[in-house]
Amino acid sequence: MATGHDDHHHGPAKGFTRWLYTTNHKDIGSMYLWFSFAMFLLGGTFALVIRAELFQPGLQFVEPEFFNQMTTMHGLVMVFGAVMPAFVGLANWMIPLMIGAPDMALPRMNNWSFWILPFAFAMLASTLFMEAGAPNFGWTFYAPLSTTYAPSTVTFFIFAIHIMGASSIMGSINIIATIQNLRAPGMTYMKMPLFVWTWLITAYLLIAVMPVLAGVVTMMLFDIHFGTSFFSAAGGGDPVLFQHVFWFFGHPEVYIMILPAFGVVSEIIPTFSRKKLFGYDSMVYATSSIAFLSFIVWAHHMFTTGMPLAGELFFMYATMLIAVPTGVKVFNWVTTMFKGSISFETPMLFSIAFVVLFTMGGFTGLMLAIAPADFQYHDTYFVVAHFHYVLVPGAVFSIMAAAYYWLPKWTGNMYDEALGKLHFWLSFVGINILFFPQHFLGLAGMPRRIPDYALQFADFNMVSTVGAFIFGFSQLLFLFIVVKTVLGGKKATAQVWEGAEGLEWTVPSPAPYHTFTTPPLVP
Amino acid sequence: MLPMNKLWLGLGGLVVAAVSPAAMAAWGLNMPKGITGISRETYDLHMLIFWICVAIGVVVYGVLIYSLFAYRKSKGAIPASFHHSTKVEIVWTVIPFVILIAMAIPSTRVLTQIYDSSESDLDIMVTGYQWRWQYRYLTEEGEEVTFFSNLATPEEQIYNRAEKGENYLLEVDEPLVVPANKKVRLLLTSADVIHSWWVPALSVKKDAVPGFVNESWFNAEVTGTYRGQCTELCGQDHGFMPVVVNVVEQAEFDAWLAEKQAAAAAVAELANQEWTLDQLVAQGQTVYTTFCMACHQQNGQGLPPAFPALTGSAIATGPIADHVTTVLNGRPGTAMAAYGALLSPVDMAAVITYERNAIGNNVGDMITPVEILQIQAAAQ
Ligand code: HEC
Ligand SMILES: [Cu+2]
Repeated sequence: MATGHDDHHHGPAKGFTRWLYTTNHKDIGSMYLWFSFAMFLLGGTFALVIRAELFQPGLQFVEPEFFNQMTTMHGLVMVFGAVMPAFVGLANWMIPLMIGAPDMALPRMNNWSFWILPFAFAMLASTLFMEAGAPNFGWTFYAPLSTTYAPSTVTFFIFAIHIMGASSIMGSINIIATIQNLRAPGMTYMKMPLFVWTWLITAYLLIAVMPVLAGVVTMMLFDIHFGTSFFSAAGGGDPVLFQHVFWFFGHPEVYIMILPAFGVVSEIIPTFSRKKLFGYDSMVYATSSIAFLSFIVWAHHMFTTGMPLAGELFFMYATMLIAVPTGVKVFNWVTTMFKGSISFETPMLFSIAFVVLFTMGGFTGLMLAIAPADFQYHDTYFVVAHFHYVLVPGAVFSIMAAAYYWLPKWTGNMYDEALGKLHFWLSFVGINILFFPQHFLGLAGMPRRIPDYALQFADFNMVSTVGAFIFGFSQLLFLFIVVKTVLGGKKATAQVWEGAEGLEWTVPSPAPYHTFTTPPLVP
Repeated sequence: MLPMNKLWLGLGGLVVAAVSPAAMAAWGLNMPKGITGISRETYDLHMLIFWICVAIGVVVYGVLIYSLFAYRKSKGAIPASFHHSTKVEIVWTVIPFVILIAMAIPSTRVLTQIYDSSESDLDIMVTGYQWRWQYRYLTEEGEEVTFFSNLATPEEQIYNRAEKGENYLLEVDEPLVVPANKKVRLLLTSADVIHSWWVPALSVKKDAVPGFVNESWFNAEVTGTYRGQCTELCGQDHGFMPVVVNVVEQAEFDAWLAEKQAAAAAVAELANQEWTLDQLVAQGQTVYTTFCMACHQQNGQGLPPAFPALTGSAIATGPIADHVTTVLNGRPGTAMAAYGALLSPVDMAAVITYERNAIGNNVGDMITPVEILQIQAAAQ
């Protein structure tokens, strides 16, 4: 810190170095959130390029090769750049406040795990300007399309993934260390807010699978540059091995993006229902069982690769089982609202939409689990609709709900409720126009990742593109609302929300630079 | 909360729309029933799960929407204080479990049937290439029929310079032809990256993995033309490798196959004919357009650095032996595939001669099909 030994110094340093050197969980949380929003806009721009090209049959704006770069970069940037860092940002801000800790357990590592991220994404995005073009093999980068047949920029992609992985692993070590060691006296595990619980479990998932991702890209690196044949049958390898390793990472990754979202809505729904969360214990158990199951279902992404019957059956049954704990969660949220006293502030609107639309994604997920039917759904727009329903009105809506919910605590100002509601309704309507028709497109036979399509898919594609532009541009309103709130607005009280419970509401708004330097007592 | 209500009505409307048969045909809202026993069973399974989801949705969304109306703070609702009930929790863990078992039973049955590819009447080897399908009828030794199935939609339509035809992007030069009411077994593999062969009406989707052979089968009950696409991202022209299957009566199939076999014999015969440079160049142009143009471009300029120019290239204008080796064996580890097994000796000789004497090159030499045959024989 700039002032070195000055023990009385408790405010942030000035200027850019404040952000560069900071070890403060609130600063780092804010940086993660801003970074994630920037990536959300970047990935969103890629998505709009895709949707613009798909507005009509025929090739209008981009060539197939560039189209493939767009789908790949959209997926990578949204998953690794937008959703994951947003949740890490929320964890940074809120976990210490929620468990009564003065900061994260490993503040210097915290700084490092954030600051390597911009470099990773700069490296990834720079491939767009290289002669060989950006990665074009989809965010799932199946070999050998991503090895033997890849553009030379694949090496940049591999190193970018390594850096993102390192960042995630450090972030999750920090979160685990914080939760397990820095809880205030009296904050037993079963008293922890659900957001903390879901993040604890998510962090373990991350530690378990990010090394697997690092492993698979390293195997690619060796295949490409050092003459190995992990994924090439010609040298005794197996391209399908790639998919097994990738999805062993990839399926838990899906839950990494949704478990913290479960935590967020489990905080918000009780607040605005003015009623305690129904079935706290079962929420914790359900989250843990989802995390466990997420390790034994990976090959449901691979039903068409030619697995033996026994394998298909195992992965089908295991996948169907996930519906049980997921159902429990949905039932608990609904029952929390049942006989509550509900009001509809923006965070609550986003949370209700989360429950409704995530459940939609859950239903299609159940359908996809049925292997024989999956032979028809697989790699079509039905899958695209499914995972966007769980990721956008799922993960992304929960992040927006969280932003509105805690923004007054972060900034000390209330956001503009009318604008917030407008943002919600635009997003809600936009998202459904965007993704609902994609179910029909998939069922009618439109494969995913194609730049051009047969004429019978024209109508719904047009509708979908209209929705995409509504949703995309509505997010500029979100940016405006957040900036406006940072700059000023009605002063927020410490409590902020009438029905809110938890340690974060006991500190003033905005939360001072250092909080809980002496631990609070949790009754 | 009115808008929620509207959403509900909207979803309900879409559900009704989705299952009313007329709407299905007009809007392509639902999975096709298809023309095989398996495809119909798959459809039924799909609808069964769909309705189960609708039923669960009605209950869950029903309670949710009721709560949003009945328990509003603005209407003076006083919150209850319950937050736990072991009994309820057990009930809503057990009920879904039972529903899942009810779904798993028919799914297992259908899946087991799908996996029984034994006792086929006809075997066809399907090989995925960037970006076309190759079909090889595994009939009597020496009488196999092999051909490529390429996208037939002209570039003018894709680039919006001509009006798009009815089967835009779903049409090929040579469809797969199979007999009706016969068990046709497919053996799928790939020559380069992973592809996936899909025809919705047959309910067959199976990956074609390089170096491995997958199995699938169908028994088409209704004659007609059925269309599908490659469904695994396989590079630049992934969206442009359709699958078209013609299901015909057995007699018609037999006639078609006999004709194909005769044509194949004639092609083998052709190799032994005398060929002039002009004839080879003329023949080579078609081969080049179908197989090489996607990368090396029509005028031979390629798309450097990914795909090199052939015009003036060291290989295409250098010693012909190197040129032949390059095309026969490809360049392992690059996008340049080995065409030795793909092209007939005539086509091989033709395309090489074409590349040396067209697309801006003017070497003046040629190679004959017989010489190609000799080189191939020597290599073995
Ligand atoms: C999928 C893209 C692709 C297709 C299709 C393709 N090529 Fe190539 N071709 C390449 C690439 C890439 C190279 C450069 C390989 C290397 O780096 O050594 C190449 C190199 C060549 C060369 C050597 C050029 C030189 O000067 O080094 C010849 C000759 C050639 N191809 C002929 C053909 C013929 C004939 C066909 C069609 C039968 C064909 N190619 C189809 C991608 C392709
Ligand atoms: Cu393909």
